[in-house]
Amino acid sequence: MPELWIDVLTVLDGTARLAAPLIFCAMAGLVSERSGIVDIGLEGKLLAGAFAAAAVATLTGSPWAGLAAALAASVMLALVHGFACITHRGEQIVSGVAVNILALGMTVVVANALFRHGGHTPALGAGERFSPIALPFAESLREVPLLGPLYAELVSGHNLLVYAAFLSVLLVWWLGWRTRFGLRLRAAGELPEAVDSAGVSVSALRYRGILIAGLLCGLAGAYLSIAHGAGFVREMSAGKGFLALAALIFGRWRPLPVLFACLLFGLLDTVAPRLQGMELPLIGPAPVALVSVLPYAMTVVLLAGFFGRAVPPGALGRPFVKEH
Amino acid sequence: MRSKFISVVAMLGALAAGTAFAGEFKPAVVYDVGSKFDKSFNEGVWNGVQKFSAETGVKVAEFQITNETQREQAMRRLVERGATMVIAVGFSQADALDAVAADYPDRQFAIIDVSWLDRPNLRQYVFKEHEGSYLVGIAAALASKTGKVGFVGGMDIPLIRKFHCGYLQGAKAANADIEVFQAMTGTTPAAWNDPTRASELAKGQMDRGADVVYHAAGRSGIGVIQAAADAGKLAIGVDSNQNGLAPGSVLTSMLKRVDVATYQTLKDGLAGTFSAGILSLGLAEGGVDWAQDEHNAGLLTDVLKAAVEKAKADIIAGSIAVHDYMSDSNC
Repeated sequence: MPELWIDVLTVLDGTARLAAPLIFCAMAGLVSERSGIVDIGLEGKLLAGAFAAAAVATLTGSPWAGLAAALAASVMLALVHGFACITHRGEQIVSGVAVNILALGMTVVVANALFRHGGHTPALGAGERFSPIALPFAESLREVPLLGPLYAELVSGHNLLVYAAFLSVLLVWWLGWRTRFGLRLRAAGELPEAVDSAGVSVSALRYRGILIAGLLCGLAGAYLSIAHGAGFVREMSAGKGFLALAALIFGRWRPLPVLFACLLFGLLDTVAPRLQGMELPLIGPAPVALVSVLPYAMTVVLLAGFFGRAVPPGALGRPFVKEH
Repeated sequence: MRSKFISVVAMLGALAAGTAFAGEFKPAVVYDVGSKFDKSFNEGVWNGVQKFSAETGVKVAEFQITNETQREQAMRRLVERGATMVIAVGFSQADALDAVAADYPDRQFAIIDVSWLDRPNLRQYVFKEHEGSYLVGIAAALASKTGKVGFVGGMDIPLIRKFHCGYLQGAKAANADIEVFQAMTGTTPAAWNDPTRASELAKGQMDRGADVVYHAAGRSGIGVIQAAADAGKLAIGVDSNQNGLAPGSVLTSMLKRVDVATYQTLKDGLAGTFSAGILSLGLAEGGVDWAQDEHNAGLLTDVLKAAVEKAKADIIAGSIAVHDYMSDSNC
């Protein structure tokens, strides 16, 4: 039994690691979309953040400088998106796609120009990354039955940004559902006319939403390249931004369900490679490809309305035009 | 007037191309997806190119593939610009190179990791990776304290299974009770470029008790080495000497001397002794080997070194025959 318990814990441990960037991105998407701005550019911001973090961490040797650069790069792309679709009321999907393409190309070009490593950054050393943190008493409590390993394996031993990811959910929930700003932000996404008639600027609210999204994506990017990984690799976001978008829809734009969707997708991602080459009872060789495709399949099924309904914010994707 | 001008230009062009071909040796290399600085397979080729250029002063044109559709186009463009020899890196370029080689019978072509084509102007290199993997399998088994070792492959193809199979045989030969975990990063060429996934796979194997993990995953393998270094375990590098990537955490590297193959081909081309056919490089030919340098000197015990060197001598002498997965698709 303890053997199995350890197996379960290591899988959950992997889930936390793989879900962390999804959580950041999904929370970013949540804030942005709740304010009425479709954020299909999560992927691009994530990638730009990852590159900026790795590049600056390489050049300065400090993960904190890398983190700051990731936030800056991601926020800059968020502002481009905002300028196009808030200030100029452009088409939000198109602008988001543009952000993705821009990030995809720019990262590789700049990486090549800076490091001449074929679009990668050099591998980072130990002091240049966020390393796993052992929480106090982790080793001494390990011997306690059941709960000891739980604490030592699962709770302790992650890097700073994993803990930050879980905190971000709490923060977004508090900000969105327990503050006046949050109420107005959500109103800007549901019925911007009401916000406007109350004398509050819809544009300012939406810009703030997009800024928060930019910061969160920057954290996710830094996580990929200087915490979980050790350096930037071209296209390293590998669709995580889109997966986060799927989690956002799957969780129906609410923080807690979105968190669970991210954890579920993270779990599937952890389990899939571990199942490789294993013989399952009754099924035979594990269907790894099937497990990998599940998150997308489940989202499509949800969108098709088979179980429950995913209702997006009322004014999502609709530019706000002030009436005179 | 205008047509006359064009014909003159065309004539000059033809003349230039003709002299370029007859007089000069103009080689070109097409790298595979993953870029030439992958600290692994492509970089090995690049090292061979560097050595050749430094010695002879002949410049080598190059192209780095960034997506699947560019291969054939890139090769044709290189040839049309006057390249007299094109070296393609990696099995995934086989179809493209075959088509281009057929269209330009007067140029020379070479490809690495391919043995199934047949053109009179095409040289193909294969390596006996199973022999080198056998050696690092022995090293892994002897260095492991838990009796469990791991293998992380790149794209799931017979070539990578060949690495795994040789490794497995070596590990079993050194310790019959050893447990060998195996995983692949994917089934598409993107698998060569996914260190995040590779590092998760390595972590998964280390969670199950493996304390030495061998990778054959191109650029993705960086993730394996990093995961091993983070966990205080050992990794084994591949293709190029990767001992220096995380000194003290890389037990050894299975060297696949693509630099030797590249250098040899370029030299032959320059000397006019280029020949077509299939060349298979193993331990005996110096095509594969295991890496010892200052970075892993502290990790290799005398017992381990003696065991690996003995196996190497036995394979060269023929008294150990390592089974090749690709010969019957079975391990």
